[in-house]
Amino acid sequence: MNGADAAHGTDMSAMIADVLPEVLLVIGAIAVLLFALFAPRRMQAGAALLALATVVLSAAATISMLGNPEYLTFAGTYARDGVALWGTLIVLSATAAAIGLSVPWFRRDPRHGEYYTLLLFSALGAVLLAGASDLKQFVLAMVLSSATGFVLVGYHRRSSPASEAAIKYYLLGAFTSASMLIGVALLFGLAGSTTLTVLDGMPVAGGISDQAALVLPLVLVVMALAFKIGAVPAHAWMPDVAQGAPAPAAAFVTTVPKIGGFIFLARLVEALPGDAVDWRLLVALLATATMTLGNLAALWQDDVRRLLGWSSVSQTGYGLLAIVALGSSDLAIPSLLFFLLAYALGNVAAFGVVVELRGRTRLDDYAGLARSRPWLAGALAIAFLSFIGVPPLAGFFAKLVLFGAAIEAGYTWLAVVGAVNTVVSIVYYVRVLAPAYFGDRVAPVPVLGRWAAVATFMMTGAVILAGVAAEPFLRAFAGVGIVLE
Amino acid sequence: MLTAAIFIPIVAAVVLALLPRGAPRATLDVAVQPDGGSDSTPPGGAGGSVAGAPAPPSMLRDTHPAQEAARARERRMQAAATAVAAVPLLILALAWLRFEGTGGFELVEAAEWIPTLGIGYRVGLDGLSLPLAAMTALVFVVATAYPVDLRGRPAPYFALMLFLEGASIGLFLALDLFLFFVFWDVSLVAMYFLIGAWGHGDAQRSALKFFVYTFAGSLPLLLAILGLYLTTDPRTFDMAEIIAQQPLAGSGLYASLVFAGFFVGFAIKTPLVPFHTWLPPAHVDAPAPASAVLAGVLLKMGTYGFVRILMAMMPDAFARFAFPLAILAVVAIIYGALVALAQTNLKRLIAYTSVNHMGYVILGLAAAGAGIGGHEAAQAIALTGATLEMVAHGLITGALFLISGSILARGGTYEMDEYGGLAGRARFLTAATVLAAFASLGLPGLAGFVAEFQVFAGALAVYPWLAGAGLVGIVVTAALFLRMLQKLLLGPLPTRWSRFPDLARVEIAGLAALLLMVVLIGVYPAWLLDVIDSFAGPLVGR
Repeated sequence: MNGADAAHGTDMSAMIADVLPEVLLVIGAIAVLLFALFAPRRMQAGAALLALATVVLSAAATISMLGNPEYLTFAGTYARDGVALWGTLIVLSATAAAIGLSVPWFRRDPRHGEYYTLLLFSALGAVLLAGASDLKQFVLAMVLSSATGFVLVGYHRRSSPASEAAIKYYLLGAFTSASMLIGVALLFGLAGSTTLTVLDGMPVAGGISDQAALVLPLVLVVMALAFKIGAVPAHAWMPDVAQGAPAPAAAFVTTVPKIGGFIFLARLVEALPGDAVDWRLLVALLATATMTLGNLAALWQDDVRRLLGWSSVSQTGYGLLAIVALGSSDLAIPSLLFFLLAYALGNVAAFGVVVELRGRTRLDDYAGLARSRPWLAGALAIAFLSFIGVPPLAGFFAKLVLFGAAIEAGYTWLAVVGAVNTVVSIVYYVRVLAPAYFGDRVAPVPVLGRWAAVATFMMTGAVILAGVAAEPFLRAFAGVGIVLE
Repeated sequence: MLTAAIFIPIVAAVVLALLPRGAPRATLDVAVQPDGGSDSTPPGGAGGSVAGAPAPPSMLRDTHPAQEAARARERRMQAAATAVAAVPLLILALAWLRFEGTGGFELVEAAEWIPTLGIGYRVGLDGLSLPLAAMTALVFVVATAYPVDLRGRPAPYFALMLFLEGASIGLFLALDLFLFFVFWDVSLVAMYFLIGAWGHGDAQRSALKFFVYTFAGSLPLLLAILGLYLTTDPRTFDMAEIIAQQPLAGSGLYASLVFAGFFVGFAIKTPLVPFHTWLPPAHVDAPAPASAVLAGVLLKMGTYGFVRILMAMMPDAFARFAFPLAILAVVAIIYGALVALAQTNLKRLIAYTSVNHMGYVILGLAAAGAGIGGHEAAQAIALTGATLEMVAHGLITGALFLISGSILARGGTYEMDEYGGLAGRARFLTAATVLAAFASLGLPGLAGFVAEFQVFAGALAVYPWLAGAGLVGIVVTAALFLRMLQKLLLGPLPTRWSRFPDLARVEIAGLAALLLMVVLIGVYPAWLLDVIDSFAGPLVGR
């Protein structure tokens, strides 16, 4: 118990107020479920409105907490710091857009009300992950996020690609969950407590340095986080899910859990004692492997959704640069948050275009898109150029601060690897854009509906806006930290 | 004022891009019943079959009156775009009148942008950026007005041209490294789409090569900018502030790495041998006005970076690497000239002479930045000459590429052996070609001569042997241009060209504007040299 806990961790009503955004999500998810149970089939779409209102309320509650002093609540197990709150906001924005994309997609599905419950619970899992400052809390959040994710991916029960993707996602998730549980158990045994704070000041016992003994459990836990964020070696689900899952669910599952996972990873390495474990090098190697593999694999894809999945893997690799720089560069936390923001906006926008095009995914289907659907082609181009890192789009600022953080942390070579990978990535993004813009095919291209278009264009606009007007975000991100005490 | 020169074309481009399309769109808005989201089939499965529905016949709009209307619309759009493109030229002419030549940045406009990272919107000009920006504006006016095969998509073409004009002028006027990089990157994206959509030959492949290659150059540039930024205190991207701080003064591995990043970025753009391989396909396959812009303006971004960033912000590192840079420059001069000599394709030949001419520029810069005492006067001459060469090459090569476009439009090929005897058939084409070619090979009385004379006069004092070797390049260039003129214009006229049309009025006016400046600078260069000297003297005398 410390001062912060005394102030914020004892009074029950104060503690509930600390987690108001999360509580709202739970209440909203249950309300959606009840609505879906009792509402007639033709009114199932009302569940989407209910879910959207929940997300908006939860976001409003989160925004009202921004700028408060940063502290831990619930006896040091849950962080109320700027990183967690901004992570929550990014999760909620992506969730809101995913709801918009889902409405026309599932319109003909008579039982899709409960889909939104799953979406909300999955978002809650990511939010809890972003705030978790305790290993048990971490396990809970991971399981909540994964379990709902499996169902979302397999939601089209009779579609075999969706089932295949769900099975692969589930198997990989089960393996890494097991490793996570073993790792957490070992850490608990070593430290005698599950709060992250305890890791920092770990005692040395029995003649063996406990710090060296940390390595195995940490590797096991990081394995589970690698699954969550789509990093090597547990990245394999990403392309399958991107290709096979219902497109709006793919947009959600390749974006939202990653945000929570990244923030918990940042919290975990911040809590590690001293320099006992050379985790920087380990993460740097993971980053190198992840972006290189993601980019090389994406080069050969003829399926746009699968390509987006591999592109997500490579983006994870860039994001890991922020983790490497944590604690040795002022730019580390701003770069992490800005990366997550830019990635979430760009990724949902890109999947949004696929959704609005009724899920068409063969590369050939995109030929001549700029003539038949200039606005959608433009949205796709902006999302891709942002992934490449063309200024003044959001993705460019993300890369700017990521590379800056890596150089400042003394990992210039990693920034160079990131730059080389960026050049490689141009080739596959252009493989989609070139036929879309230079192709002459003129054929009617049916689209899905207004909701998906609005969500897509709002995300696309945000990609531009977060780049041109990056200042408020960067200033906010520069003022937040990760609280461990 | 300068902000208007940058953003009027950019805003016009955005408006043009968002304009509702004409006739072709109408056939596409067929209502299709939504089929998405059934429990059993994800729309992905069904989408293909819907998309495969036969398109309604769109032949109707190919009737004659409709075609006429479309062409009239294209002409109107071209006239409007040219008018917008001329606005920055007027603004820069006004700026020229108000320019005082103090040696510092003038007419500065600044605003906060991202103060958290020390990024500001800062534009202004000095004796280096003013001539380059003015040349850019002139080349763009002519290129926008020049006839080109629009492939039925006039609006995006002119939008990209105007956008590229704003970005290019912005790059030369930017006084913030970050802003500089923004314009650097968006200009290459715009050029990518211009080559890919309106190019000929293997345009998409050339466009991709251009994009990947020059983007590969812009990433080391980005890392170098970051490396420089991280050493400033307080941290800033402000060019004037960095020049004042000189954060990487002295030597050291870190400074060398930062130098290397900048060098690779600028060398690819310039391009210096061995970083030039993206250039020939991009130039040859691009539509003629885009080639003119690419060679006339975009290449200058690299050489401008050498001066503005490397010479001004890291003079110590530049001095250390000046000699190897001069060697590379001479290699580029001779290699470019020899390879150009071997070409049978007109546009490829002009493309390789660009490699050769950029070699002159770099040789002048290397001599100007060399860290040897006692040659300040010669070094200032070399720097002035190199800057003048940038302007002259922009005008001359711009004209040459436009001429090659006119020839392609009439003859359908760039192969010089297919032509001959055009002198008797097309007087204006002949006059323009002869004038541009002689200017490019450095005939006294034309702009190229003034520039090359100063480059070599300065370089001979600093690197006498290298400059002497570089003179070989001038001889070869003279030979290859004379051979080009002979193949195109002299000899018997093949019978199939007996109806070869001469240049149209717009083409004559555009080329005349460029070549008039070439003659003016050649005959009376003082007005331009005074402006350039206002920055060259102080920079070298540091």
